[in-house]
Amino acid sequence: MKYSAISLFANALSGHKKWPVQFPDKEPKKEYDAIIVGGGGHGLGAAYYLAKRYGITNVAVLEKGWIGGGNTGRNTTIIRSNYLFDESAAMYDHAVDLWDGLGQELNYNLMFSKRGVLMLAHNVHDVQSFQRHVHANRLNGVDNKWLSPEECKAFCPPLDISPHRRYPVMGGALQMRAGTARHDSVAWGYARAASKLGVDIIQNCKVIGIRRDPDGAVEGVETEKGYIASKKIGVSAAGNTSVVMEMAGLRFPLESYPLQALVSEPVKPVMPCVVMSNAVHAYISQSDKGELVIGAGTDQYTSYSQRGPLHLQEHNVAAICEIFPIFKRQRMLRSWGGIVDVTPDRSPIVGKTPVKGLYVNCGWGTGGFKATPGAADMLAYTVAHDAPHKINAPFNLDRFVGGRLIDEAAAAAVAH
Amino acid sequence: MSLFRKTGRGVVDDSKVINFTFDGKAYQGLEGDTVASALLANGNHLMGRSFKYHRPRGVLGAGWEEPNALIAVDRGKGRVTPNVRATTQEIYEGLKAESQNRSPNLKFDMGAFNNAFSMFFPAGFYNKTFMWPKSFWDKVYEPFIRNMAGLGPAPDADDPDVYASTYGHCETLIIGAGPAGIAAALSASKSGERIILVDENAHMGGSLRSTPNIEIGGKPASKWLEASLKALTKAENVTLMTRTTATGYYHDNFVALAERVKHHIPNAKIGKVREALHRIRAGKVILAQGGIERPLVFNGNDRPGIMLASAAQTYLGQYGVAVGNEVAVFTSHDSAYQAAFDVADANTRIAAIIDVRSTIRDDLIMGATQRGIKIIKSAAITKTFGKLRVNACEVYEPESGKKTKINCDAILMCGGWTPSLHLWSHSKGGIKWDADLAAYIPDMPNENAVCIGACNGDFGVAAALSAGHKAGGGRKAYKTNEIEFGSGVVLSSLPSYLDSSKQKAFVDFQNDVTEKDIKLAVSEGFKSIEHVKRYTTNGMATDQGKTSNLNALEIASKAVGKPIEKVGLTTFRPPYTPTTFGTFTGYRDNELFDPTRKTPIDPWAEANGAAFEPVGHWRRAWYFPKDGEDMHAAVARECKATRESLGIFDASTLGKIEVVGPDAAKFMNLMYTNPWSKLPALGCRYGLMCREDGYIYDDGVVGRMAEDRFHVTTTTGGAPRVYRHMEDYLQTEFPELDVWLTSTTEQWAVIAINGPNARKLIEPFVEGIDLSPEAFPHMTLREGKICGVPTRLFRVSFTGELGFEINIPAHYGRLVWENLFEAGQQYNICPYGTETMHVLRAEKGFIIVGQDTDGTVTAHDAGMSWAVSKKKRDFVGKRSLARPDLVAKGRKQLIGLLTENPNEVLEEGAQIVDDPNQAIPMDMLGHVTSSYWSEPLGRSIAMAVVRDGFDRMDETLSIPMPGKVIKAKVVKPVFYDPKGERLNVV
Repeated sequence: MKYSAISLFANALSGHKKWPVQFPDKEPKKEYDAIIVGGGGHGLGAAYYLAKRYGITNVAVLEKGWIGGGNTGRNTTIIRSNYLFDESAAMYDHAVDLWDGLGQELNYNLMFSKRGVLMLAHNVHDVQSFQRHVHANRLNGVDNKWLSPEECKAFCPPLDISPHRRYPVMGGALQMRAGTARHDSVAWGYARAASKLGVDIIQNCKVIGIRRDPDGAVEGVETEKGYIASKKIGVSAAGNTSVVMEMAGLRFPLESYPLQALVSEPVKPVMPCVVMSNAVHAYISQSDKGELVIGAGTDQYTSYSQRGPLHLQEHNVAAICEIFPIFKRQRMLRSWGGIVDVTPDRSPIVGKTPVKGLYVNCGWGTGGFKATPGAADMLAYTVAHDAPHKINAPFNLDRFVGGRLIDEAAAAAVAH
Repeated sequence: MSLFRKTGRGVVDDSKVINFTFDGKAYQGLEGDTVASALLANGNHLMGRSFKYHRPRGVLGAGWEEPNALIAVDRGKGRVTPNVRATTQEIYEGLKAESQNRSPNLKFDMGAFNNAFSMFFPAGFYNKTFMWPKSFWDKVYEPFIRNMAGLGPAPDADDPDVYASTYGHCETLIIGAGPAGIAAALSASKSGERIILVDENAHMGGSLRSTPNIEIGGKPASKWLEASLKALTKAENVTLMTRTTATGYYHDNFVALAERVKHHIPNAKIGKVREALHRIRAGKVILAQGGIERPLVFNGNDRPGIMLASAAQTYLGQYGVAVGNEVAVFTSHDSAYQAAFDVADANTRIAAIIDVRSTIRDDLIMGATQRGIKIIKSAAITKTFGKLRVNACEVYEPESGKKTKINCDAILMCGGWTPSLHLWSHSKGGIKWDADLAAYIPDMPNENAVCIGACNGDFGVAAALSAGHKAGGGRKAYKTNEIEFGSGVVLSSLPSYLDSSKQKAFVDFQNDVTEKDIKLAVSEGFKSIEHVKRYTTNGMATDQGKTSNLNALEIASKAVGKPIEKVGLTTFRPPYTPTTFGTFTGYRDNELFDPTRKTPIDPWAEANGAAFEPVGHWRRAWYFPKDGEDMHAAVARECKATRESLGIFDASTLGKIEVVGPDAAKFMNLMYTNPWSKLPALGCRYGLMCREDGYIYDDGVVGRMAEDRFHVTTTTGGAPRVYRHMEDYLQTEFPELDVWLTSTTEQWAVIAINGPNARKLIEPFVEGIDLSPEAFPHMTLREGKICGVPTRLFRVSFTGELGFEINIPAHYGRLVWENLFEAGQQYNICPYGTETMHVLRAEKGFIIVGQDTDGTVTAHDAGMSWAVSKKKRDFVGKRSLARPDLVAKGRKQLIGLLTENPNEVLEEGAQIVDDPNQAIPMDMLGHVTSSYWSEPLGRSIAMAVVRDGFDRMDETLSIPMPGKVIKAKVVKPVFYDPKGERLNVV
């Protein structure tokens, strides 16, 4: 059934009893042409693109819990592509291109809202760094422009640009086509569209082993629901990727950290855009529901505990109140944690692995949501062609051996 | 006295009338009232509008679980608090409360047209529509949705109030001061250990305050409570905290307590603490959070006047307020009978008790009969009537098919009880399903914690008291006269003759999630309870599902066709109740958010008109403008003065680490790319540090004080991380080395004197050091005295001029500075800031780590291969430097750039290309890292990293800017005095 205002109207008249299942719960078949491990936005998207773009429809997505229950459902939903390096700009901009119109393509409203993402500069070094981004983005065709403090205030009225703040606003870089989307809908929308194309979405099906043939190539996966054969396995398991990779005898250069986020109680519209500040380490937007959605940096230590310490919540909230003292009386409604997988250069790994037939999409650290369609498409392309696309080719595993790192965070390093 | 007030009851003081307003209308309440109890006493039930359908709502509960009655409390500019539960806001003289989420007013809300069309807005409807035309989402649909959504008013001014925080420790922390918590505190206090007992309400006592008829050990509960609290107040080892919510339970018995200090005070002064966060580390945590009554899910269960039975009991027992004149009771659990009896005993008519069950305990029937209350068994309410207040209900008896309309102005409902597992779950304690209670109860603990009383599934006062006493280490068994708390049935759907699609049976009241929404979610394939929650938004409102989670779970599990324990439970997350950002922020406001580090010379700079810039946590003098100069003019003057005669610069922020021990040189060899073994004592060397990835991490001049002692300097921003980096390696990779590290950044003030007259200036002040060039050559250091103060005097230069860096104990920094500055007048001494420092070093081609390097630049890329030892067997980063991509062609290398137009100063960060006419995306060769106007050279200079830059000397490259292309020539990045002759001034 196609979703539209008309179908909504028609179903209302029949008491909403005729809506079909969005993504049927399937039991695994004996064999698939490709298996995607991990039912987040990235994994479900990969399955969708395999079926839609690359003609492989006999695909299963294996999810150990419920789809979208990992970082897809735990992030702060920011979408942007104003990255510095050519490789990153190409990857994230590919994602933003796909975001635009994705809701229509999937026939599922993802509420992609191009509200603009404003990144604040609070010191001379920030200014230099963001202007470098703006210049690089301009020549890469990525929209990003520099705003004075007054222009920042005009764009985001609740912002405090007083020069007397501890971290005064010295300007900002604004990407207009950036924004937010509804995270859960991304998983559900991909799942529904993929199901329609013949993809089996199998929840509560944890992968517990990877079987390989005498030549070392993958043959299939052992799961809680039994053995499933496939000669192509794409792993898209975020913080648990290193665990899955161990099953194929691979040690991955990943560290997993808890990352916390929180929302306030809903209030009437006050934040028109997304604001990020690296100096105070916090970011904020307001959801369509009215909640202020707030995130910060990762824990200092590696862990799989989806539970963050109090002092980080304190810091996170204090940081928001430093740039938005207007929000100090708002109340935290709910906080939560996710596990992010971080590579040595904090850029992702999307491509082939040393094991034949085993492909990976991981290492997105704190920024994976925005890349969802792009990463999903690249993983699908790589699985289908047994070779990376030129966009994800630089994000290979070999770069940690050769040294051609894509270190966005280092490029924003602070020192004097 | 109002019609609904029953005098002489509860905690309210009949003699103290309090005036307040709600939506501009004046009301009177009594001291001790909440906004909700005071409004109910005035017969006003309508207090809010729901989130989605804007349905009129009254109170559902009487406490922190309240989803409906949300108000904004207005204390003036910047002091409007949205989304306050009317049920927990104590009234004070002059309180100003406003209803929310309605327009133009609470009684007539335009938003209620959503309700009329609610059939078109089921759960998840927004996923299915608003897709075309595509451009309408940003411009039309979303702004509309956003304006409809949100609850309370958005802030429009800074909050002027003050928040505080403390740390505390205790042996036993008891959360919840109902009968269980108080009994636990009583028995635990005997140990003499530190006990903290907290309760979120204004008064301790919990359910005992709502059930005054109960007797404990033969005495009225109120007497027992009074005596117990008196004893606890007297006990020196017991701290009692009211109006304090345990909001989160973190690792290792670390609990956050949020205290509302001033919420109940009239005219609360700005500048006094409004709320405080107490962070408690407890040896043991006793959770006595109680339980929350469950609503019944039936058609029309949300009209104002319909509430939990326990809420009515609380309004009566605690505030002396009757919730109506004619009250119907609808229950599936025994406990509602006690509520009905309490209400009846206070001379309010009970229209009927409608019980879905067919068998009812004899003592309950007898109690009802004695009071003349009619019980209708095996029946259910199927409809309610009334617009802004319920005025009747329809009772349906499925066996006979009989339908009866009963007039009532309030309905009390009880669908059983849910133990409050919130904090227990925060602590990752295990839970298990209890089929008898139809609720989850605690299983194995994960911390040293125990749940007692209702939150452990042990309902009833006697059970709570006995469990509390035991948890506190005692063994006393309590006896009460209460009627047995009893049991009930939990029904996911109540009997009705109506088609489910025609019903509005609310599960999550605030978010307007109905039973059919949950069924719709399941029928569309959302079978995990987390999916149901996210698809319907059940449990995601400001009450976080306190009254709705279990009902939703029950309905979903039945729809899925699996037992509840297979459907799962959504995770409880901190905070337990919404907690202000101010509480989390505490003292960390503005200046204290991140204390600004200032050097000992900072006050002098401030007094002398410096402009400052933040660098890391420091603030540094940026430049010293004179007579209205802008930065450009000031910097040009400062540069000129320094090169021509004498400049003085505060370099105290440089990181300093003392590396000491028999293996100090070995350690230095491992941490830096340079060799250190042959550096003699009192020698200096520029040190370059990598991480294991081979990229430049930090740099700085290192002085060797003695064979076993190095005075290491780091960049200002890098000091903490370099120290951490060194300590990390020392402890994990090189633990066999006998070395100690001490951060001495704050111990030394550093004054850099640069310029041809530098030696002449300091000579008269220095004792015990021969300053002659022969005795004290460049890149060495000496110890002696300056201005009578011990000094480590470095002869180094970051400007290319003759230079000294004077390290003195921090306390003498300003003294020495002022002495030198005064004596320097004869040489036209010029204080300069970081901007001039940057220009002077750039003229010499000295890099700034983090500006000219960015974590992707190796020593070789930066043209500093000379700083990388080829002989050392190992150092951190050595292996990486040999990686193929780090030695391949095409690396970005640090070079100088001279613009064709000497007056054109490039923008830092501007990108460099070969062919400016190529299509976008362009092939970028690199970027400008540093760019300045050089006054001595009379032209602009720049440094840049450019692909294969070393091989491009004299090539002309393009820098495409908006509207123009700038051409620049590649040169060596040393612009001034390339031979370094100026260091040798005699």
